Amino acid sequence: MGKTIELEIFRYIPEIDEQPAYRSYEVEFEDDWVILDAINHIKDKMDGSLSYRWSCRMGVCGSCGMMINGIPKLTCATFLKDYYPKKVKVEPLLGFPVERDLVIVMDDFMTKLENVKPWMIRDKDKEKTIDKGEYLQSPVQLEKFIQFSMCINCLLCYSACPVYVVDNNFIGPAAIALAQRYNLDSRDDGQDQRNEYIGKHEGIWDCTFVGECSKVCPEDVDPAAAIQQAKVTNTQNFVKSILWPFGGKK
Amino acid sequence: MKPYYRPPPHMFWLHRKPYFMFIIREMTSLFIAGFCLFLLVFIYSLGQGRETFDNMVAFLDSTFMIIVHWIVLVFALYHTFTWFNLTPKVMVVWIGEKKVPEFMVLGAVYGGWIGVSIVIAWLILY
Amino acid sequence: MLKHDILIIGGGGAGLRAAIAIGEIDPELSVAVVSKVYPMRSHTVAAEGGAAGVIKDNDSFENHCMDTISGGDWMPDQDAVELFVKKAPEELIQLEHWGCPWSRESDGKVAVRPFGGMNIERTWFASDKTGFHLLHTLFQTSLKYDNIIRYDEWFATKILVENGRCQGVTALEIRSGKVQAIAAKSVIICTGGAGRLYPFTTNGSIKTGDGLALAFRAGVPLKDLEFMQFHPTGLPGTGILITEAARGEGGILVNKDGYRYLQDYDLGKPLDINDPDHPVKKSMELGPRDRLSQAFVLEHEKGGTIPGPYGHVVHLDIRHLGEKIINKKIPFVRELATKYAGIDPVFEPIPVRPVLHYTMGGIDTDIDTATVIPGLFAAGECACVSINGANRLGSNSLTELLVFGRIAGEGAANHAKNNPGPDISALESQEKDEQNRILKGFYQKESGTENISGLREEMQEYMDSGVGIFRNEQGIRKTCDKLAELKERFANIKIEDNTSTFNTEVTVALELEGMLEVAQALSHCALDRKESRGSHQRSDFTGRDDDNYLKHSMAHYTGDIPKIDYKDVIITKWPPAERVYGR
Repeated sequence: MGKTIELEIFRYIPEIDEQPAYRSYEVEFEDDWVILDAINHIKDKMDGSLSYRWSCRMGVCGSCGMMINGIPKLTCATFLKDYYPKKVKVEPLLGFPVERDLVIVMDDFMTKLENVKPWMIRDKDKEKTIDKGEYLQSPVQLEKFIQFSMCINCLLCYSACPVYVVDNNFIGPAAIALAQRYNLDSRDDGQDQRNEYIGKHEGIWDCTFVGECSKVCPEDVDPAAAIQQAKVTNTQNFVKSILWPFGGKK
Repeated sequence: MKPYYRPPPHMFWLHRKPYFMFIIREMTSLFIAGFCLFLLVFIYSLGQGRETFDNMVAFLDSTFMIIVHWIVLVFALYHTFTWFNLTPKVMVVWIGEKKVPEFMVLGAVYGGWIGVSIVIAWLILY
Repeated sequence: MLKHDILIIGGGGAGLRAAIAIGEIDPELSVAVVSKVYPMRSHTVAAEGGAAGVIKDNDSFENHCMDTISGGDWMPDQDAVELFVKKAPEELIQLEHWGCPWSRESDGKVAVRPFGGMNIERTWFASDKTGFHLLHTLFQTSLKYDNIIRYDEWFATKILVENGRCQGVTALEIRSGKVQAIAAKSVIICTGGAGRLYPFTTNGSIKTGDGLALAFRAGVPLKDLEFMQFHPTGLPGTGILITEAARGEGGILVNKDGYRYLQDYDLGKPLDINDPDHPVKKSMELGPRDRLSQAFVLEHEKGGTIPGPYGHVVHLDIRHLGEKIINKKIPFVRELATKYAGIDPVFEPIPVRPVLHYTMGGIDTDIDTATVIPGLFAAGECACVSINGANRLGSNSLTELLVFGRIAGEGAANHAKNNPGPDISALESQEKDEQNRILKGFYQKESGTENISGLREEMQEYMDSGVGIFRNEQGIRKTCDKLAELKERFANIKIEDNTSTFNTEVTVALELEGMLEVAQALSHCALDRKESRGSHQRSDFTGRDDDNYLKHSMAHYTGDIPKIDYKDVIITKWPPAERVYGR
């Protein structure tokens, strides 16, 4: 022990505060402490009224995303020593309404996630029963979508996306990446249905390729790539539908 | 329950370098569009006879216009580089069971660009 | 009053599998998933290594049953194990059909890897984030069903029983602080284990055993709680798990001298790491978790472990696998070790120590996941059906969620179809009582001096010292006494935050209230089991005693010290025998 760092935390309790305010806490820490450790320490020992979400502490449940000095981070994977001796400013994820303190309202994302139909859609004639065993899928076919399946729904990408922050109508990086995850899966035939939704103006075409979503993604999902690829596919389909006989459909 | 709606930060693109660079990239398109317009005017003047074209060339020969063109060139290059660098993300190329590495896709587009530029330079200079 | 046909408490693997089962059976049935976190945050997400299911030609039903039963030191109910093993492959294939990205062989078939305590490789895996993929596949698939309604971030506070039937729950909407009854014809508890009873655990903060406390207080006995699994390879400090797959792929455990110390603890003789037969199944590093964790403690007593800032460790060495295999098969291990232990396992061995991982015991259910209260079911880690007995085999838990989650869904649907609707007026009066209890005791609690986290830490400290890897009467008694004291002191807790919006001080207090009940049940089960079996090792009663204790411990709620009695273990084909590894 010995080193002390200052955390400046965004506080907002709707029944008490008209406007949010920042409160400072001095925390003694070890070099292996992540920011979440400090926040837990504050809750347990200094101020029980601080509210935030957390669970797994290993970067996979996606609960503890917050703005750290203005950049969206998983607080369980961000170390205090990397900021010391400067102070650390902790705020709720940008672009979302704040329920209280560091807790955001994530209803919007949940709706969008459901709208991209993130489940297997298979043509009737390809459907098979369990006793017929698994659908074969080569490691290469798996490789084509696996990256986009790694999304933990932590929403850091939404906070990093100026398009979403300015206009919440944008479907956003994670939801589109998940649509693309299923679109690229060799076992799925639901591309048309999903593209109908993500192909809208508030979908892929709202993306101006800032690219920050991919930079802040803790799982290297690269949603920006997913969106640009979806743009290419959608454009190809559009061109085909005009130029090809029968709209390019068999 | 009374959620607080945080206004998006004013002039967000001044807050962080990546956002700033993004806005600059968006702005490059203005310069590119301007240059294209100018090119049209230039070609038009060519059709208006020797005198108009000479005036145009004289106008372009000023220090001011040369500086303007240098600026436009820098923005055009920035524009080109950012979009070229994006190619491997958009075009994922598979040859059989192997994914073509990003640097090879990049190499191909830059190679193509340099190749075309050489051909054009050759046409103009010789 | 909010009303559904079926309520599922908990939105992890078991809860979502149950919900989908009901969605598949009948789109007319209204199913509600009540979860204190958004379903994709559930701790199923953290499971790494894989899910066991017999699919390869060289494996068999008998093999999987025998591994599970001997792994559980003959405590599992063998009828349940048979059902589990039989249903396992179809559940895993079902998940494949729903899109789970299982790792594949080059011919496109699902790949399998070996895990501890298995005589043949049978663990299906999705790289080393199997739980993550499984949970997200289930969650995303569940979105497809219009009759699955979610109550995200609602904390269930009480099981409502009227006329001898379970008729719903009361739940706290965390966002608003309102407590409301949700009526239903059947209820399934799928809330996960109680790892947070201990200070050093792989379990996330949400794993506070809430469902165990709910069922216990409603009158369902808790079964075999003394069997808590310590996983041998946790990162010191954080308790983050390094998956058994690291050893399944060939990783070895060494002491301070680089010696594979497990050979000294009846786990077999080591083969050279370059031997093509390494790692040998059911031997050395692929012995069961309980035995490996116990070997660590014994090696520590012998002086063979390595001191570190968070207690002694041994080394898990995977360097010989090489960077390529590590990146391909266990990339998450590398990521976690690099990030949280500051070492890259490609170049350095990983410091590890035993860490509390899994709750083998739980809510007593029959083979159909039904509890003693009609209309109340339980599945997953919170339940004890029981297939895990005294020690769970690695990669059986994910499969258990699927198999028994589905059975619970089907059972609950069936029960809902054949029973009358809830007795609303009676439920309203229970609702009022519960609203008062939560309001007076928590949201508007006045005075009080006991610090919530202080009480929790004391509880965890005593759980670790009294009912840890090795136990004895004196230690367990001390813990029992302490828990009784803590329960009294809990009445005097201090809650500073009296606001209603997303008040996590209140939810944390509610969790602690339940944990103290469960901890007490656990400790008293441990006190009364005077033998050593699987993960329950008594230094004062060293042998296994089948004559007296081939029985499930049953803890009954009394309001005070829980009453403990016993229920016979069901033996079908595999009579108790010696548990042998590596010889």
